[in-house]
Amino acid sequence: MDETLRSAALPTLRFLTCGSVDDGKSTLIGRLLYEQKLIFDDQLSALERDSKKHGTTGADIDFALLVDGLEAEREQGITIDVAYRYFATPKRSFVVADTPGHEQYTRNMATGASNADLAILLIDARKGLLTQTRRHSLIVSLLGIRHVVLAVNKIDLVDFNEARFREIVKAFEDFAKPLGFKSVVAIPMSARYGDNVSASSDRTPWYKGPTLLEHLEACDVDVDRDKAPLRLPVQWVNRPNLDFRGYAGTIASGKLKRGDEIVVAASGRVSKIAGLYVADRLSEEAGAGDAVTVTLADEIDIARGDVLAHRNARPAVADQFAAHVIWMSAEPMLPGRSYFMKIGARTTPAAITELKHRIDVNSQEKLAAKTLGLNEIGYCNIAATLPVAFDPYAENRDTGAFILIDRRTNETAAAGVVAHGLRRATNIHRHGYAVTREAHAALKHQKPAILWFTGLSGAGKSTIANLVESKLHARGVHTALLDGDNVRHGLNKDLGFTAADRVENIRRVGEVARLMTDAGLIVLTSFISPFRAERRLAREIAASGEFIEIFVDAALEAVIARDPKGLYKRALKGEIKNFTGVDQPYEAPETPEMTLDTGGASADALAERVISELEARGCIARL
Amino acid sequence: MSGQLPLHLRRLEAEAIHIMREVVSEFRSPVMLYSIGKDSSAMLHVAIKAFHPAPLPFPLLHVDTTWKFREMIAFRDETAKRLGLDLRVHINQDGVARGVSPIASGSQLHTQVMKTEGLRQALDAGKFDAAFGGARRDEEKSRAKERIFSHRSAAHAWDPRNQRPELWKIYNTRIREGESVRVFPLSNWTELDVWEYVRAENIPVVPLYFAKERPVVERSGTWIMVDDDRLPLLPGEKAQMRRVRFRTLGCYPLSGAVESDASTLDDIIDEMRASTTSERQGRLIDTDEAGSMEKKKREGYF
Ligand SMILES: Nc1nc2c(ncn2[C@@H]2O[C@H](COP(=O)(O)OP(=O)(O)O)[C@@H](O)[C@H]2O)c(=O)[nH]1
Repeated sequence: MDETLRSAALPTLRFLTCGSVDDGKSTLIGRLLYEQKLIFDDQLSALERDSKKHGTTGADIDFALLVDGLEAEREQGITIDVAYRYFATPKRSFVVADTPGHEQYTRNMATGASNADLAILLIDARKGLLTQTRRHSLIVSLLGIRHVVLAVNKIDLVDFNEARFREIVKAFEDFAKPLGFKSVVAIPMSARYGDNVSASSDRTPWYKGPTLLEHLEACDVDVDRDKAPLRLPVQWVNRPNLDFRGYAGTIASGKLKRGDEIVVAASGRVSKIAGLYVADRLSEEAGAGDAVTVTLADEIDIARGDVLAHRNARPAVADQFAAHVIWMSAEPMLPGRSYFMKIGARTTPAAITELKHRIDVNSQEKLAAKTLGLNEIGYCNIAATLPVAFDPYAENRDTGAFILIDRRTNETAAAGVVAHGLRRATNIHRHGYAVTREAHAALKHQKPAILWFTGLSGAGKSTIANLVESKLHARGVHTALLDGDNVRHGLNKDLGFTAADRVENIRRVGEVARLMTDAGLIVLTSFISPFRAERRLAREIAASGEFIEIFVDAALEAVIARDPKGLYKRALKGEIKNFTGVDQPYEAPETPEMTLDTGGASADALAERVISELEARGCIARL
Repeated sequence: MSGQLPLHLRRLEAEAIHIMREVVSEFRSPVMLYSIGKDSSAMLHVAIKAFHPAPLPFPLLHVDTTWKFREMIAFRDETAKRLGLDLRVHINQDGVARGVSPIASGSQLHTQVMKTEGLRQALDAGKFDAAFGGARRDEEKSRAKERIFSHRSAAHAWDPRNQRPELWKIYNTRIREGESVRVFPLSNWTELDVWEYVRAENIPVVPLYFAKERPVVERSGTWIMVDDDRLPLLPGEKAQMRRVRFRTLGCYPLSGAVESDASTLDDIIDEMRASTTSERQGRLIDTDEAGSMEKKKREGYF
């Protein structure tokens, strides 16, 4: 087979170009394509046409226009997304991710970097190292790229001056030391005129290193995924009939042979590879990057999201991690809110339990923070509902990377890389246990509680309870509200307002609230509940420590004066019997967990106090 | 078919398989858009391998504009039969009733009604929540930025400024009721990759890709084939026999042929390596206006 354009031996090189606006990124890519004669005649004539219309290079062809894709951004002259380019030389094929440089596009850059093995950092020789260069280097390093080309561009505009080049290289090397790059190759270059892009320039006789293209063709970025321990995330169970049960997935790292003993990471179950298909072909062995289907010697329980490994080199299994996350959504990150975490083929609810610090992408400083906004990077603890098999990202980019998905909007809210696990998952055997109240609550990332609002009619119980509930809802907390309106019309419609019926009313509410806390909810009840004894009963029905009695305190004269529904007026006229405060006593709580004095503060301020109390009790995450 | 695929093709194939398995695992009702061309043929071939030994776990859908080359339709039906596929063909009957055609209505309206609207109708009727397409990022500029999993609103619209970031091989497959995704497993393939794969795997393709004497007329610098008598000849125009082939296939009055002697896969690959024009040059719908593909895609074109 004729392989003049491709070499089967060298894997495709995926690289990323980064630099600030106008450093010459697009020009460089355009130039590379042009010099490889990879721009077709019809594209070239379109380019000439476009250059006249939008170009910045006068009569010359503006190569940047070749790669700036979408209409809107072409008119603004900026690159707003990630564009992928494909080209091949006789030695190798390449995929280029072209991403924007502005700080507000950190997420786009991270996206481009996630699949790249090498990064070209462009620097304008006139300007030297800029804040942007530092930011890009940090992101490149965080996303696990180990090979960097420092392209000192526009060298024509500093008269091909060697000292200037050396100065920039030195500054970069000093700065990049802690970032863990394996190789940094600096090249003086002019993207616009082609110096040291694919041909050596005689205008930089002092530069003896490779041209950009020579380096890209030769650079060995092979992370030796084949030599790393075997990781096969199970993506799909292939079950066409009763005689065949295959587990399909792409080998993330390592080698797999027929006959190998394997272990299911999360369950610890062991079996042997009976059959191995690479794509559709029965094979003896397969390596990293291959899409395979395996059959096992034993019938063991394996599902999508499980990870197969060799027995002597297993991935970690945990449900809590320390990780860096890059926030990608306009909606800020909220600690405690539940997101979907997708890692490999596993999707699990998860919450950020603690934001340790935010990283200033420009200065690399660690800053205290309560939340992360769009394009911000933070280091945090994450708790997942299901145990996850993983490796630290630094060891395996496939099994250590994850995304967080907003459960309401479905957007990709964040990208994350696992630093290490925090706690080994305890529930290794996934089935055979009943779903406990702890499990219910863990799924919601909250601790159940009953907020029992008591007080006179018109004191403000429902107003405050409603406010508290909407504040909780906004934080992603799962709640239920029980009040006269929804209980009296259904569950308790057989009850009146005699003392006995009031007791039964409260008993039932207490039982329902308890059942709801068993399901993990934070329950708010809003009933006058005038008698101490029945409130005590409700407290006893509740799980210990979960009953929070909140006395909504208002003077009788005040509520009579307010009388929002005109009930006091009618009760005082004798039209309503058994009305609390008029012809039935209200027994104020002696030791409530909270007393809210409605005379002194706004309903909103009082609701905030309830929220703080829940935070203090660890029922909900602190913001 | 001998030995293993070259490494770069093996990787591309594995990536496409990974994407397809992800879709089948996470969507309720996927469908594969089958346009009969070489990309569709390659995509279908990969899909059959991805789910082996199970049969293809989704149907194929062809949106027929009624103006495809006759050889394409014959190839389509023969392929479905040979592979035992669940092939569904949809024609926008409303468009047919309105007499929409590339001749009478012009390429833009024809494409809009018969292709874009036809596709929407078929996807809605089938309640499909994921549709595979064979598009590649190297085809056209706006495609270069499209995601592999491309989210569509309930009205099938694409919002290029509001695409979900797509990191690593982790695809966000969550959608709301009524929304859908278009999935492009061959995103990272180039035209050359497709042909090399077709050759390495012996995948049958429509004979129109190979050079042969065909009746053609010259129109605005390209050869249009007189596939049937629906193509009105201009005064003085007469079909002539030329040795031509097609780089892309669509509606025959909109697909330009090139003069060529390439009659085998080897010839095609050699010819492409020496080529100085891009594949879409033969596709008349693209040159209508600047950014035309992006406009069409926002409206729901594939
Ligand atoms: N003199 C000179 N100009 C350059 C060079 N590289 C790029 N430029 C010009 O710098 C401007 C910005 O280039 P562009 O590629 O759009 O930058 P991007 O924003 O990084 O993609 C354009 O006017 C280019 O022609 C170079 O090496 N030398």
